[in-house]
Order: sequence, then C-alpha cells, then structure tokens
Amino acid sequence: MTDIAKDAIAPPRSFLSQDAIQVFYRLLAAFLICAVLAVLSDSFLSLGNILNVLRQASLTFFIASGLTLVVLTAGLDLSVGANVALSACIAGTVIHKTGSPALGILTGLACGGIVGLLNGIMVTALRIPSFIATYGMLWVLNGLTYWYMAGETLHGFPAGFRQIGSGYLFGLPIPVYLLLVFLGIGTLFAQRTIWGQEIYAIGANPVAARLSGIPVARRLLLVYAVSGTMAGLASIIFLSRLNSAEADIGESLTLPAIAAVLIGGTSLFGGVGTVFGTFIGALILTLVLNGMNLLSVSANWQPLVTGIIVILAVWLDMKTRRRAQ
Amino acid sequence: MSDALPIEVTSPTPLLELRGISKEFPGVKALDDVSFAVYPGEVHMLLGENGAGKSSLMKVLCGAYSADTGEFYYKGDKVAISSTADAQKLGIAVIFQEFSLVPYLDIAQNIFLGREPGGRIPGTIDRRKILADAKRVLGTIGFDIDPSTIVDKLGVAQQQMVEIAKAISQNARILVMDEPTAALSDRETELLFELIARLKADGVSIVYISHRMAEVFALGDRITVLRDGRRIDGVRPADVTPDQLVRMMVGRNVDMTYPRNFADKPGELLLEVKGLTSSTGISDINIEVRRGEIVGLCGLVGSGRSEVARAIFGADPVTSGEIMFDGKTISGEPDLAARRGIALIPESRKSEGLALLRSVSDNLVVSALRKLFPSGLFDQRAAQRTADGLIRQLRIATPSARQTVGLLSGGNQQKVVIGKWLAAGSKLFIFDEPTRGIDIGAKSEIFALIDRLVAEGAAALMISSEQIEICHVCDRAYVMREGRIAGHLTRNELTEENIVRLGMHHA
Repeated sequence: MTDIAKDAIAPPRSFLSQDAIQVFYRLLAAFLICAVLAVLSDSFLSLGNILNVLRQASLTFFIASGLTLVVLTAGLDLSVGANVALSACIAGTVIHKTGSPALGILTGLACGGIVGLLNGIMVTALRIPSFIATYGMLWVLNGLTYWYMAGETLHGFPAGFRQIGSGYLFGLPIPVYLLLVFLGIGTLFAQRTIWGQEIYAIGANPVAARLSGIPVARRLLLVYAVSGTMAGLASIIFLSRLNSAEADIGESLTLPAIAAVLIGGTSLFGGVGTVFGTFIGALILTLVLNGMNLLSVSANWQPLVTGIIVILAVWLDMKTRRRAQ
Repeated sequence: MSDALPIEVTSPTPLLELRGISKEFPGVKALDDVSFAVYPGEVHMLLGENGAGKSSLMKVLCGAYSADTGEFYYKGDKVAISSTADAQKLGIAVIFQEFSLVPYLDIAQNIFLGREPGGRIPGTIDRRKILADAKRVLGTIGFDIDPSTIVDKLGVAQQQMVEIAKAISQNARILVMDEPTAALSDRETELLFELIARLKADGVSIVYISHRMAEVFALGDRITVLRDGRRIDGVRPADVTPDQLVRMMVGRNVDMTYPRNFADKPGELLLEVKGLTSSTGISDINIEVRRGEIVGLCGLVGSGRSEVARAIFGADPVTSGEIMFDGKTISGEPDLAARRGIALIPESRKSEGLALLRSVSDNLVVSALRKLFPSGLFDQRAAQRTADGLIRQLRIATPSARQTVGLLSGGNQQKVVIGKWLAAGSKLFIFDEPTRGIDIGAKSEIFALIDRLVAEGAAALMISSEQIEICHVCDRAYVMREGRIAGHLTRNELTEENIVRLGMHHA
C-alpha cells in the first residue's frame, strides 16, 4: 500500500527523458565495472590496457552502430558478420591485385553497402521479415565467401593500409578516432536529422508511420544499406588490423554486435534506443571480457557471462520502463 | 422505461454493493470514494466521459484491479474481491469490447475453455458432452447455431453472443458489458436488447457501459454517472432528460448541437475522384470535394467507405481510375499524398494514427518534419515549440509535450492525430470515424475545429456511422453501398432516413 501511495505522489514523467535515464544507468554500470576491475587487477588501469579495451570496443561498435538503426525500425540484420567476411575478402583481393588501398577500401564499403541494400529490398519489396531475409543472406554470403576464397588466406598488406587498424595518432589508436567520429555521426543522424526521427517513428508503429506520410520503404532501404556499409567499414578495419583475411572471420561477430545493441538499451520491438547506448553496450561487453582475461578467468566462461549481461540489461530496462509508464 | 419499478422496494438488498472504492495510479486518482450497487435483475447503466473511471470501476468489479480502499458486499455479506477468481466465484462476468475468444477453436471449445468435461480415459475430453452442453447454453440465450462452428468464422455480434453464453455457462449473475453495441448493426443491436431482456427476466443483473444516449433510456433501470473518478449521481431514466445527464457527465453545459457555419457558396474544386477502383472491393467511385466544404461519406460498415479514404490517400493500390488533387493527378504512396496536402485521420487511432509509446511532441511533428526542418536537421526544442503551440490551439489536455501519447484520453489522442496534419499544413482532411470512442465534450470541440479548418479554405471528407453527425455538419454527402457510390445527397436532402434508404441493400 505504501509503495502505491509513494508512486502516486511521483510526477507522471520526470524531467530527464527516458532515453537519457537509460544511458545514464549504463554509464553508471560501465564505471562500476571499471572501479571493480581497477581494484581487482593492477594492470587494468594501465594506459595500454585502456586503449586496448577502446580499440576492441570500436570493432564491435562499428558493426553494432549500423545494426542499431535496423533494430530501431523493429528489424534485425543477422548478416552483418558474414557481410564483414565477404567485404574483407573482396577488399583484400582488390588491394592485392591493384596495390591501391584506397580502391580496396571503396570496394569493401561498396560490397557491404550493396549487401545491405539487397537486405533492404528483401524486407521492403518482397516483404520478407528481416529476421528471415538476413538469416538467409547470412548463408548466401557465407557460401559466396567460402567459394571465392576456396580455403585460401589473403595476407600481407601495405604498411600504410595496416595503420588504419593498428596505427596510433597522438598516442591513441586510429580505430579510437574512427570510433569517436562514427559515434558522433551516428548520434547526430539518429537524434538530429529528420531521417533519424522517421526511423524512430517507423519502429514505434510502422502502420501509423506510413499513414503519417513517412516514406517507410525508402527509409528501411536506407537503414539496411547503412547497416551493410558499416559492416563494410568494419571489414576494412579487421583486414588492416589482422593483416589477413579468411572466409570464416565473420562468424564470431554478429552475436556480440547484437549483444552490444541489446545491452545498450535498444529494444528489439523498435522505436526505443540510442546509438550512444550501443557504444556503451559495446564498452560494457568489452570491459567484462577484458576483465575476465586480466583475472585469468577461462575464456570458456565468456559466452555465459555475455548471455547473463544481455538478459539482465533487457530485464532491467523493461522493469524501469514499465514503472515509467 | 415503463417497467422501471421502484427497485429498492421489490428487492431491498443489492446483489452486489461496492462502498467507498478508491484506486490510485501514479499521478492519477482513477476512482475516488465510489459507491455502487447492483440489484437483482436490473440493467444498471454506467455513464461518464472517457477517463471518468468507468473502466477502472469495471476492472475493480471483476477483480482485475484491486481497490486501494473500499468494501464489497454480496447479498449483504461482506466479501473480498482481490482477484478475477474471487469475482468469478461471485458470478461476475465481463464482456469486454475486445473479445477474449480463441479464434481457431469452435464455439463449444471456447465456452468450456479451461473447464472441459473429462472423458472416460483420464486426460481426454468428452467431446460429445461439450457439444451437448454448449447447445443447451446457447439455447438458454436463444442463439441458434451449430456449436462446432469455428469462432473465427463468426461476425462480431455472434462472437459477442458466444461471450455471453460463456459467461452464462459459468453461472454469471452479474454481467458487465462495455459498450456492447459499439460494433453492432441496428438489427444486431435489437437482438442484443432482446437477449438482455431475457437475461433480466432470469434475474441476471447487467452493468452496461454506453456512450449512446438512446440506449441509456431504452434499456436502463438505473443510471450511475461518473466524472473524474467520482460518483456524481445515481438516477432513474424517468427522472432525467438527456441534457441533464450530459451536464452531469461533463460538469458544465455542453452545446449538444454541432457547431457549423455553412459557407454561402463552395470554393474551388480541390479533390476530384474519377472511376476509382481498387482491389479492396471498391469500384467506379466518383467524388468531388471543394474548398470550404465538409463532404460526408456514409453507408453501412463494410460498404467500402474506409477503402475509398485509403485509396485516395495512396494507402491501398488503385487498379483503375484517376485522382485529381488541386488540379494535378496524383498516384503513389501515402508520403506523396501527404506532401501534396492530403491528410488521413484513420479509423483506428491507436493502431494506425499514433506511435503510442512516443511523446505528444514526437507525434505532433511527425508529418511536418520536412516542412519544419527544410535543411533536414531536426531540432528537438523547435519541435517542442511547435507542439506546444498545437497543444494550446487544440486544447489538448496533457501535462506537457513530452508526455507519452498513449497515456492521453481518446479525445485528446484524436486531437493529436488531427494536430499532426495541422502542423503539416494539409488542405484536404479525410476523417474516418473521427468521433468514435470520444466523449461528448471532445466531440463538439473536434467538430468546431473541422468547421474552422474548412472556413479557412481547407476541405474535409468525413466518414461517420453516426448519421446524425453527418446530417448536422456536412454540406452534402455520398452514400456507399457494396463498394459503390449509391447516391448523393445535397444539404437539403441530408436526413437520416435518406442515408439509411440509400445505404440499405435492396430486398
């Protein structure tokens, strides 16, 4: 009874937006994890380790940021990992054949973007649920990549190109700069453009969005193309960091990216979430795995911990949101 | 009305009595010290505007909400209703507007869902007994249908009958019905009223929620009026006039007439539809709408009115015909129609008009993004300023522009849907049942708004099943029948009789 009375006095909606509150909780969680790790491990707070965490988080974030837009429209892109693999292999071949990293980068981005566009066409023109369309695409891309590579490995790229993934600028890894740039672009796009607003509206209620005059099909095409292009970008960073490409490099990428999106507070039902949240999601995921490595916990435990974090994050979100409504 | 006997004399003890019920939600006092009694065999009308507390009271009654304070008495004995099981034990059953039937099971399975009689082998169901029992229950309410019919194949009225049969089979003594005639045709409504009379004769009490004044007087033995979560009064139909009831519901005098200033002569042609045919079942539709006009689109539910609206807006594909808007041919998706200046206020606000989880502000600017932010860059503050202006202009009752739109009442939600097209600067407003589920005060505000819009040079095409509304506000009207335009009525010809005559199927 007293709880109900307390709730009744609380204002129906606080001054902070729901999104801001979700992001705040996540930052808090990230800081808590940092604090705990700093106490438990001497090496956690070393500059090298922190930069390492950021660099690893950036790789997950590139894929997850595009995916966030898809999830905001209540869709899912399961093909991102396979897309990274194909794009990396094709970009690698182009660099080898032409010797031009610039051309290779463009090819990688284009390959990712085209795959995304095909996903978008399946979802809009053919009206295949995104989950199924991109799941099918995953297999198609895997098939193409394995056929194309035929068990070969591409390796040895120009030093200039390798700088993208492993180089430093003013003491910070280059991927961290890219991370900041794309975090900024992604946040601006989602929060500060009318396209971003339309994407939220589509996710919240696609029927109402269409009947409100939003070109739903075109926006969905855009969103899937962006997701694909970000996978293309990730493929370039991977290629340059690993200095090699194999057919199977994408297999362990999709599920962590989805985990980052979910831990970041984006709802699979669409319309709710932020790109910044996804960044923190990627950070939390990386921090925990990094911490486990530092504390010499067996890597076999990592999937289990990831799963628990995802479930916890989504459950807490639902709880706080339900209370807010 | 004539048999509105002095009930207190014939049965001094109420079947069920609620005393001092209060229920609070965060920020809202849904029920405030409400007392309410149901006597055996009476129809007790529950009246009030949206948000007055009818639904909350109903949910307390059936145990879906537990009251914060208050007491329940059953035949004079104090009881507790803290769960739906408690309510069911007391014989309370609710027929919600959205039925709770399983569409792919048959009638008999639905009636006995969860309490199927067991067969000889444990774990099996005695199918023959279920069918026989269902047949008997259906018989008691005079519903002659094969109990093995799949529910999905039934019409709304028949599904309602199944719901009632289900309640009766659970020995319900108090039936709570939430706007039971909202989706029924006139004939079906008559059948429902006959059934209610029969149930009454058997001593079943009925708590009946309605927005329709005619029903209140035709059916009610007693009337309880709620407003802002409080019980305003309990009266008998014979002792009040409709105007008095409206005043009790609204708490102020409301102009029951529909505000409309008819223009002397209509403006230029805005919309011209020629031979419009669509795969949704409409064919050869010819319609004209001029600036300054409100044109009605009437006909029975299912005659193709909404389909015409959707086809004009581009929401359904057009197979042949032409739509001329403002002198230019248009075809394509809703975004093109919207950009040209056509607005659709769809029939179902919640599922087609609003993003319920988003804010009032987000919903108000969603159709005007391109117009408000031509650079493509969105500014949350500017959006909220626009929203604040619309909130003031339309008198949308909301704590702020940041309130979640799903938390507003039906009338205010409808204002938000209209507001988003005002922001977009639309020229033609297509209203599909704009006053459905909206209380009287908000209704007359919405009509005043439409009147002002057309006076300023816009035009409106209005679909409504409330013929009286069409007759009062429209300059003229088209009547549809079976997917075609059956006739056109000028202002002078616009009467309920004419609409019904044109809309009826020829025998």
